[in-house]
Amino acid sequence: MKRFLPWIILGVAAACIAANWLPAKAAKDEFDFGKFGEIPVLVGGRIKPLDTVARNSLLIIHGKQELQLEGGKRLSAMQWLTDALFNAPVADQYPVFVVQNADVLGLFGWQQSDRKYFSFAEFAPFLKQIDEQAAQSDKLEAVQRSAYQSAILNLRNGLSLYQRLKNSIQPEDTQSFTAELQRFANSVPGAATAARQRAMGENFDKAKLDDVAQMIQRYERLADMAYVLAVPPLEPNREWQSVGNSLLRSLGLGEIQVIVAEYAVLGDAYRANDRAVFNQQVQLMTDWFAKEEPKTTKRASFEFLFNRLEPFSQSMTLYVLAFLLACASWLGWSSVLRRSAFYVLLLALAIHTFGLVSRMYLQERPPVTNLYSSAIFIGWGAVIVALILEQIFKDGIGAACAGAIGFVTLIIAHHLAGSGDTLEMLQAVLDTNIWLATHVVAITTGYSAMFLAGMLAIIYVVRGVFTTSLKKQTADSLARMTYGVVCFATLFSFVGTVLGGIWADQSWGRFWGWDPKENGAVLIVLWCAIVLHARWGGFIRQRGLMIMALFGNIVTSFSWFGVNMLGVGLHSYGFMQKAFPWLVGFMISQLALMAIAAMPLEKWRSFAPAHVPTRGERPQISPAPSAG
Amino acid sequence: MGFRNMVRKLVDIFTSLKLTIVCLAAAMVLIFAGTLAQVHLGIHEAQQRYFQSMFVWWPPDGRGFQIPIFPGGHLIGAVLLVNLIAAHLKRFRWNWRKLGIHLTHAGLIIMLAGGLFTDLFAVESHMQLANGDTRNYSEDMRETELAVIDTSGDDLDQVTAIPESALRHNRVIDHWSLPFRIAVRNFYQNSRLKMLSQAGEGVQPIANQGPGTMIAVEPVTRATAPDERDVPTAAIEILPKAGGSLGTWLVSDALGAPQTFEYGGHTWMITLRPARYYKPYSVTLQKFTHEKYAGTEIPKNFASKVTLIDPERSVNRDVLIYMNHPLRYGGETFYQAGFQKDDSATILQVVHNPSFIAPYVACVIVAAGLLVQFGFHLVGFSRQRRRAMA
Repeated sequence: MKRFLPWIILGVAAACIAANWLPAKAAKDEFDFGKFGEIPVLVGGRIKPLDTVARNSLLIIHGKQELQLEGGKRLSAMQWLTDALFNAPVADQYPVFVVQNADVLGLFGWQQSDRKYFSFAEFAPFLKQIDEQAAQSDKLEAVQRSAYQSAILNLRNGLSLYQRLKNSIQPEDTQSFTAELQRFANSVPGAATAARQRAMGENFDKAKLDDVAQMIQRYERLADMAYVLAVPPLEPNREWQSVGNSLLRSLGLGEIQVIVAEYAVLGDAYRANDRAVFNQQVQLMTDWFAKEEPKTTKRASFEFLFNRLEPFSQSMTLYVLAFLLACASWLGWSSVLRRSAFYVLLLALAIHTFGLVSRMYLQERPPVTNLYSSAIFIGWGAVIVALILEQIFKDGIGAACAGAIGFVTLIIAHHLAGSGDTLEMLQAVLDTNIWLATHVVAITTGYSAMFLAGMLAIIYVVRGVFTTSLKKQTADSLARMTYGVVCFATLFSFVGTVLGGIWADQSWGRFWGWDPKENGAVLIVLWCAIVLHARWGGFIRQRGLMIMALFGNIVTSFSWFGVNMLGVGLHSYGFMQKAFPWLVGFMISQLALMAIAAMPLEKWRSFAPAHVPTRGERPQISPAPSAG
Repeated sequence: MGFRNMVRKLVDIFTSLKLTIVCLAAAMVLIFAGTLAQVHLGIHEAQQRYFQSMFVWWPPDGRGFQIPIFPGGHLIGAVLLVNLIAAHLKRFRWNWRKLGIHLTHAGLIIMLAGGLFTDLFAVESHMQLANGDTRNYSEDMRETELAVIDTSGDDLDQVTAIPESALRHNRVIDHWSLPFRIAVRNFYQNSRLKMLSQAGEGVQPIANQGPGTMIAVEPVTRATAPDERDVPTAAIEILPKAGGSLGTWLVSDALGAPQTFEYGGHTWMITLRPARYYKPYSVTLQKFTHEKYAGTEIPKNFASKVTLIDPERSVNRDVLIYMNHPLRYGGETFYQAGFQKDDSATILQVVHNPSFIAPYVACVIVAAGLLVQFGFHLVGFSRQRRRAMA
């Protein structure tokens, strides 16, 4: 039994994941929102499935990827989006907008209560007021805004995104878009004749001209509002268009584009609650896209799958499980539990890797392009190194580190995703795969190693001080691991930092500009250099190394997040006020651990009081290698 | 204590590993403080005070009594450099096992020295071009100069440029190429100009000639944002060497056109303008393009197509300068740095950095050194491990 336990645990974990992944088959008589979500559109400069648009928009507006109505009924992001696109009056009633700031609520004469979600209909009377207030705070830099100013600006941005969504496929007040388009198509030739007659100075039918002029105005407004560009280009290498623009172009072409007409039928069927026609129409459109835009459709379908599988949240769960198994292995049943942890970690890493590689495929970029992806990558790199350590030392420590770092970095990534599309397009200066693949990857690998060294130190201190499980052999191997990982971190941080300098020399004309992010990177390199020299010079031993590795956590977190919060410099791509307390909290916790580690060894449960170590017995690293 | 002892002690200090660690730690503190200071001071000012100085001074504003409170970047860098070199001179013994360490530190020496060299000798300037513009000079981003131009020559103007640093102390400037002396009456590092009529009661003009008679000058604090620059303004009096005064003019970076006056049968122009660096070649902007991703405001690419003309070296060719692809020519490098708000003009950054190659060389050497060093560790470690397992 004991022999098979690791395999059983792995099997159960895999089965749970597989169960999560089984597609929920839409019943025949239900709207097939899933299939609709696969249709590609262009938003934010990138072709993506509607499902991604729905998830990201709801995340921005609502803070979640799912909507819970008052009756307890749940709406998926796609259900919400479909209502917003085709059935605005219904969507207007959904409580999606988050407002928690009392001053913002007070602006509308509302008192703060236990309710924090509000519908568009509730804000409708105050739109102008909200716009004015937001315009004022828009003038300030993000750092200077008060809580109220940030909140009102957030609300305005949410409302405007929602209004643009509503006018993406059809004007929000349309009763029957098919009929409207029919009328448009019919009246255009007559209006063209009238316009010609007017130009020639002949008698012309003014009503016909006015009618079309009115519609043109309507579609110009639609084109201005559109958030989603839903109409693919007619010829290759042209750009996607919004429905509004496509209709305006139809004036010249003399015909309405197929996909616009298809969307109109779809929307009308949805409003009429005609499931059969809706599903049939979705199928028709999917087929059309597969034939006309095979490459983009394939990518969009893959992204849809990627969204549904949620690889990162799956592996997050597995990392927790592995961490618990590894910690438990120090208490008893060690070999079995340790092996279980190792297998679960391999599964988690496989899923993590799948997610990472999928993102690279979707974006056609190296793995790290923004703060979100840096968190994903740091976790991934640290897990791999930790697993190698585990494979060498086979004592559960590498496994515990892998589980903890994998989980924490993915949680951080999860919270960084709130600002919308994590596969966003890159600013011009970042548009270079060679530097993203070298400099950014090296730097983030350096971060991974620093956090791994810090994690090893945490295990050393916690096990040493609070338990009796830190035997001399374990302590020695922990120290050796930490030392090796710091060397690894030094190499990657240094190379990464200098490559960054070379990139800066290539694009801005100076190797070094004392930009905050550059400074952050060099702080890590300096700290690594101090640790290594202190160790080579014999100024620190095992415990000193651990305390310094803990401080490395602080330095690295400052470099990764802290400098972005300063809001200055060329690298401040992700400003996040919300993360500030967390960062400070983390730093304080590390300082506390350092203080605990600095207690005399007699106070450590692992080293005392049963026998107070004499000097010769104190934990020591193998004699320092000769160093210059 | 004898002199010998003292020297030995000094050598010990300068070759010690402790000094290395102290320097590295001091560098961390300095960089951390200097990074935080950027929030209020702006990158340029913080850089000058913390990194490009021997000491960090307090109070920082440069007037009156100051004490050094921390070593600055140049001091720490220099001590580290001396420490590195001295330690290696003293302990250097050829040994294959130490190859990694030697390489690493040799690379670091090159890098530090190169950094110091760059700090001292690199010149950064800007060239702003609208479509069709031709320039044979670039302009300094911060420094201004007082240009006094004799326009009476047939083909050529004779330009005498007086650097901003000579204007700061309200002195009388006497230059051999000018038939008059220039007395600086008022100098404002950063200022705002207003029409006198809008400036309120009792405000006096600082000039009695030219448009300056209608302008009030208001001193303001120095610019900190990276895209702002100071607007220096000065009142200058022209004193003919023969005696007397021609009057006082207001010159400012905010005034567009140069002002003219007559003296000795020549027509002179004076203007306070960004300091210029003239080149033996010229650059003409053919076209500036600014692409965005469809349906967004995210910039996709900036590119400037320019024509480079250097008659001396018989060069006449078109060059495309875009993100991450600068033009390197005649010891200078042109980078796509920015653009005017409505895409009406491109801004190229022009950098003259004689030691730009140092970091490239250093990086390769240090990386090789670290690889060798840690590689030795790894091999040793796995051997030990295998022995332990056996």
